[in-house]
Amino acid sequence: MSSLASGLKGRAELGVALLLGVVGVLVFLDANGLVTPYSQSDPVGPKTVPFIVSGLLIVCAVLLAINVLRGGKGEAEGGEDVDLAHPADWKTVLPLAGAFILNILLIDWAGWVISGTVLFWGSVLALGSRRYIRDGLISVALSLLTFYGFYLGLGIALPAGLLEGIL
Amino acid sequence: MDVWSSLMDGFATALTPMNLLFAVIGVLLGTAVGVLPGLGPAMTVALLLPVTAALEPTSAFIMFAGIYYGGMFGGSTTSILLNTPGESSSVVTAIEGNKMAKAGRAAQALATAAIGSFIAGTIGTALLAVFAPIVVQFAVSLGAPSYFAIMVLALLAVTAVLGSSRLRGFASLALGLAIGLVGIDSVTGQRRLTFGQPLLVDGLDIVVVAVAIFAVGEALWVAAHLRRTPLHVIPVGRPWMGKKDWGRSWKPWLRGTAFGFPFGALPAGGAEIPTFLSYVTEKRLTKHPEEFGKGAIEGVAGPEAANNAAAAGTMTPLLALGLPTNATAAVMLAAFTSYGIQPGPQLFSSEGPLVWALIASLFIGNFLLLLINLPLAPVWAKLLQLPRPYLYAGILFFATLGAYSVNLQAFDLVILLVLGALGFMMRRFGLPVLPLILGVILGPRIEGQLRKTLQLSAGDPAGLFSEPIAIVVYIIVALILVWPFIFKLIRRNRPVAATAVPGNSGATVPREAGGVSHGSHRADGTADGDGGSDG
Repeated sequence: MSSLASGLKGRAELGVALLLGVVGVLVFLDANGLVTPYSQSDPVGPKTVPFIVSGLLIVCAVLLAINVLRGGKGEAEGGEDVDLAHPADWKTVLPLAGAFILNILLIDWAGWVISGTVLFWGSVLALGSRRYIRDGLISVALSLLTFYGFYLGLGIALPAGLLEGIL
Repeated sequence: MDVWSSLMDGFATALTPMNLLFAVIGVLLGTAVGVLPGLGPAMTVALLLPVTAALEPTSAFIMFAGIYYGGMFGGSTTSILLNTPGESSSVVTAIEGNKMAKAGRAAQALATAAIGSFIAGTIGTALLAVFAPIVVQFAVSLGAPSYFAIMVLALLAVTAVLGSSRLRGFASLALGLAIGLVGIDSVTGQRRLTFGQPLLVDGLDIVVVAVAIFAVGEALWVAAHLRRTPLHVIPVGRPWMGKKDWGRSWKPWLRGTAFGFPFGALPAGGAEIPTFLSYVTEKRLTKHPEEFGKGAIEGVAGPEAANNAAAAGTMTPLLALGLPTNATAAVMLAAFTSYGIQPGPQLFSSEGPLVWALIASLFIGNFLLLLINLPLAPVWAKLLQLPRPYLYAGILFFATLGAYSVNLQAFDLVILLVLGALGFMMRRFGLPVLPLILGVILGPRIEGQLRKTLQLSAGDPAGLFSEPIAIVVYIIVALILVWPFIFKLIRRNRPVAATAVPGNSGATVPREAGGVSHGSHRADGTADGDGGSDG
């Protein structure tokens, strides 16, 4: 067992194989559940392509798992602002995702101006800016500007929410 | 069809003040997103799709074309002034370009890149105008079996040829195809992968998918690995070149163009291979070999020209066949569909004025880019100083706004976050994003052609091979798939060559155990470390 445990250590990439496998099974089950009479005008039917895709997913899942267990590794993507020397910084990512989720929860009820402000302000803070006042003002300005820009310029009415009647 | 008169009509359309304005907006936006890290032309076009829904399609496409070319120009500025290229196609430019900048020749590097891009882009666009109608004439005779084969080729080639791991490419492609399946089946009306969720019945909006993978995934990924010490941007004045620089640049420009266009026009050509080929060629032909590695101007001129000629080349299959070969072209294909325009060879006859205005606007955009890039390079360089919290918060903000404004439903934002997390994971584990996007966009079209093909042959699979072009294409597909294995065989039969590259020779042997077609990295892949461990 200990060799298995050590084999699994640092192999987070097996999660990718697991994801591929789960999606593959889901696609298969979903396609299998479709009921279609054979039709002369559509001999392929709606099931064939999902079956092929699920097969491809499952084959990829198995091969990836084998590849990873043998020590294969996907290359993490670099970039101008990416420094791969330090490990993933969850203290930045999780608050960022939090701001994003807060926006989803707020947007229909409180409206875009409020939720957009929360999103931008929260993201800027999560990313390490510490000029609270200036950031807050920029957030409000951006949200208001996009709200009116979309309404007046494009005819898209973003939700006003709580500020209905004021805006 | 008279190319010249159609093109002149195109210019007449593209030069109306309104369309010219959109071209200017496009090239400015494109240059900005090309210069800024974390943003790219594909994502920008995707974000603008909902915004441009109210515009004339012609104006929208003129703007998209400006963004596409502008992104190429802007990318070169970043790779010259910072040593870390954002796009894979500008990796090669950075090699010599950054050395030149460090040696105080940033102005000349930027100048040769901008002028070379202009020349290559103009020649490339002229080739596009000449060749696209020829390809169309050939393509209108093709039926569903050939289209099916060509689309399969494009998907497989992009997946198998680009990137360092074929296996991971196929994994990404499969995920994309699965995402493309979601929604009502167009032929039978069956609901697929909707899990009883009425909001999924219409399928996942391509804007939401593209923005999630490109923008949200990228922002989260960069946030996790944000560079603590800001990169040093090399200060630059107005780009200019001396007589000697011109003399050393013009031949690499032309050679780079010759490499770039054909590779861009091929499915899965991309810009990486021609830029690399151009670099190697210039290195061999130069009269100043001692400068290579220390900032040789030929090493910037050639690859940059190749890059832009490839961008023009990519437009050929997109306009003539409805076949995208890179991410931006894929999103533009989605844009055609969202305007109710059917892409494919009939595009030139059904939407002739739009297509020719688009091609004319590529010429105009190129010229505008030269105008705004030469004098304004120092201003663009200032964009690189934008504080990163604002940049990435802004990307998330506009991604949310763009995705939400498609249908005005918060549910799309949930999808955006879920697929954004997927994009994060793909970047973390080296799954390329391009196969996924192409899978989402081409998947449903491929399925349509497959069903049409077998409908014509009444369910007989032999119908897939009923056209000679289809057979030729399948042979190419087979070659692409088995090529790494042939390569391995050659290696093994020539032990001398194998021992010359000890790092790889170990990796070739244990691989045979997993002898399923796409189960292997490319034989020349560098990242696989599973050499002797179980061999």
